[in-house]
Amino acid sequence: MAHAIFVKDLEHSFGAKKVLKKISLEAEEGEIIGMLGPSGAGKTTLINILTGQLVPGGGTCQVFGKDCRHYESKDYEKLGIMMDSFGLYERMSCFDNLKFYQMLDGKSVDEIDGVLAQVGLMESKKTLASNLSKGMRNRLAFARTILRNPKLLFLDEPTSGLDPMTTEAIHEMILAQKKKGATVFLTTHNMYEAQKLCDHIVLLNEGEIVESGRPEDICRRYNHQKKIRLHLANGEDVELQQEAQAGEKIAEYLAEGVLETIHSTEPNLETVFMELTGKGLK
Amino acid sequence: MTHHIKAILWKQMLDTLKNKTIMIQFVMFPVMTVIMENTIELQNMPEHFFANLFAIMYVGMAPLTSIAAIIAEEKEKNTLRVLQMSNVKGGEYLLGNLIYIFIMCMLGSLVIGLAGGYTGKTLLTFMAIMAVGHLISAILGAAIGVISKNQMSATSLTVPVMMIFSFLPMLSMFNETIAKVAKVVYSQQLHLLLQDIRHPELSVQCVTVLSVNSLVILAVFIFAYRKVFARSK
Repeated sequence: MAHAIFVKDLEHSFGAKKVLKKISLEAEEGEIIGMLGPSGAGKTTLINILTGQLVPGGGTCQVFGKDCRHYESKDYEKLGIMMDSFGLYERMSCFDNLKFYQMLDGKSVDEIDGVLAQVGLMESKKTLASNLSKGMRNRLAFARTILRNPKLLFLDEPTSGLDPMTTEAIHEMILAQKKKGATVFLTTHNMYEAQKLCDHIVLLNEGEIVESGRPEDICRRYNHQKKIRLHLANGEDVELQQEAQAGEKIAEYLAEGVLETIHSTEPNLETVFMELTGKGLK
Repeated sequence: MTHHIKAILWKQMLDTLKNKTIMIQFVMFPVMTVIMENTIELQNMPEHFFANLFAIMYVGMAPLTSIAAIIAEEKEKNTLRVLQMSNVKGGEYLLGNLIYIFIMCMLGSLVIGLAGGYTGKTLLTFMAIMAVGHLISAILGAAIGVISKNQMSATSLTVPVMMIFSFLPMLSMFNETIAKVAKVVYSQQLHLLLQDIRHPELSVQCVTVLSVNSLVILAVFIFAYRKVFARSK
C-alpha cells in the first residue's frame, strides 16, 4: 500500500523552544493513525505542518507523495481538515454552512441532507450555527469535513469536551469513513478513543515520539508482570503467573464452577505512557 | 475560479443581512441623505449639499470599515483558515469580498445620488466619482482586515483611518488650513469633483493625488496580502 502520510526527521521550533524533535512516522492508505499525547506534546503543530498551515523547520513531510511545504489549492481537494476551532459561519444555518462549501467545490446541494442525517443534525437543518450546542457544532464541522469525500481526514481532538453520546456518534462516523476507504489522522489525549479507533498509535511527548505501533502490541510490549487475574464466585481475586501451572489452576477453578472472570494484567496506553515519560496523558 | 467568487458573494449576501454592524455601514448615510435632503432647507445652501457631504463620508467609511470587519471576523473565527484549506485562493476570497462591498456601496451611492437630486449625466458622473472612491477605500479596508488579528484590532486601525478620509473633506469646508492639508487625500479630491459636478475637471493635482493615494494603498495591500496569504497558492 502507498503511504498516505510520510514524515521523516521532522523538526519545528517556536523561537528557542523545539516543539518537534526529529519526528518520523508513516500512515498507510485506509488506516486510522492516532497521535496520543498530553497538551503541549506537539500534536497540533504536526497537524498544522501536515495540512500546510505551518512551514516546518526541517525534515521531510509528505501527504500522498506531495511535500507539505508546496501544497497548491487543488491539493486540498483530497483533504478533510477539522481543527480544534470549528470555523463555522455563526449567522448561517447548518444547511447554508454546508451549502457554501458545496458551492465552492462546484457540487450539487443534493448530498447535504444525507450528510446532515448521517451526523444527526437533520432536525436542526435550519438552525443558525450560533444557536447550536458544542456537540452539535462539532458534528456540523465533521459534516463539512466529510461532505467532500476526502481521501485523508485530519481530525484535531475531534471529541475534546464532548459528552459520551456525542463522542460515541463521532467515533462511529470516523469508523464509517475508514470503511469507505479514507485514511484518518487524529490527535487525542484520550487513550480509550485511541485504543478503540486507531490501527496505529504514536505516543508523543514534548515533541518526541516515545513509542509507536498497534495499540494492543504496545500494551503487550509493556506487560512486565505477565500475570492473569481471576475473579472467583466468593469475591476473591487470584493472580497467577503466566506459566504452565496457571492453566491447571484455571481448569481446576472451572471444574469447581467458581471462576467468574479472567483478566490479563497488561497495561493500558496511559500506564505505558506514564512508564515512558513519568507523566499522564492529560 | 468563477464559482468560488460566486459562492463567496452568495455567502456574504446571506451573512451580511444578519450582521447589523455591517448593514448599518451600508444604509446609514443613504438613509441620512434621504432624510436631510427632504427635511432641511438652509439659506444659501449649495446645491446637493447633504448628498455631497454624506457621499464623501460614505466613501471614507462604508467600504473601509465593512470589508475590514468582514475579513478580521473571518480571521478571528478561523473561517478564513478553513476557506484556505478548502481550495480557495487568497486572491479569490478578497476579490469576492471586494466585489460584494463594491456592489453594496454603489447601491447605497445610487440612493444618495437620487436623494440629492442628481439625474441623467450628472448622476452617472456622481456614480463614477463614487466608484473610484469606493474602490480605493475598499482596498485600504481589505489591507487593514488582512493585517488585523481580530475584529478589535481591525476597529482600532479603521477608526483613525476612517476619520481622516471621511471627516477631512467636511472639516475642510470650515477651515482653510485643514482644506490645504486635506488636498493630499483622495476623498477630498473626490469631494472637490462632486462640488463642481456639472463641469468636473480632472486637474493635474487631482490626478496626481488620486494616483499616488491609489499606489500607496495598493502597495500596503500587496504587502499585507503577501504576509498573510503567502502560503495560499
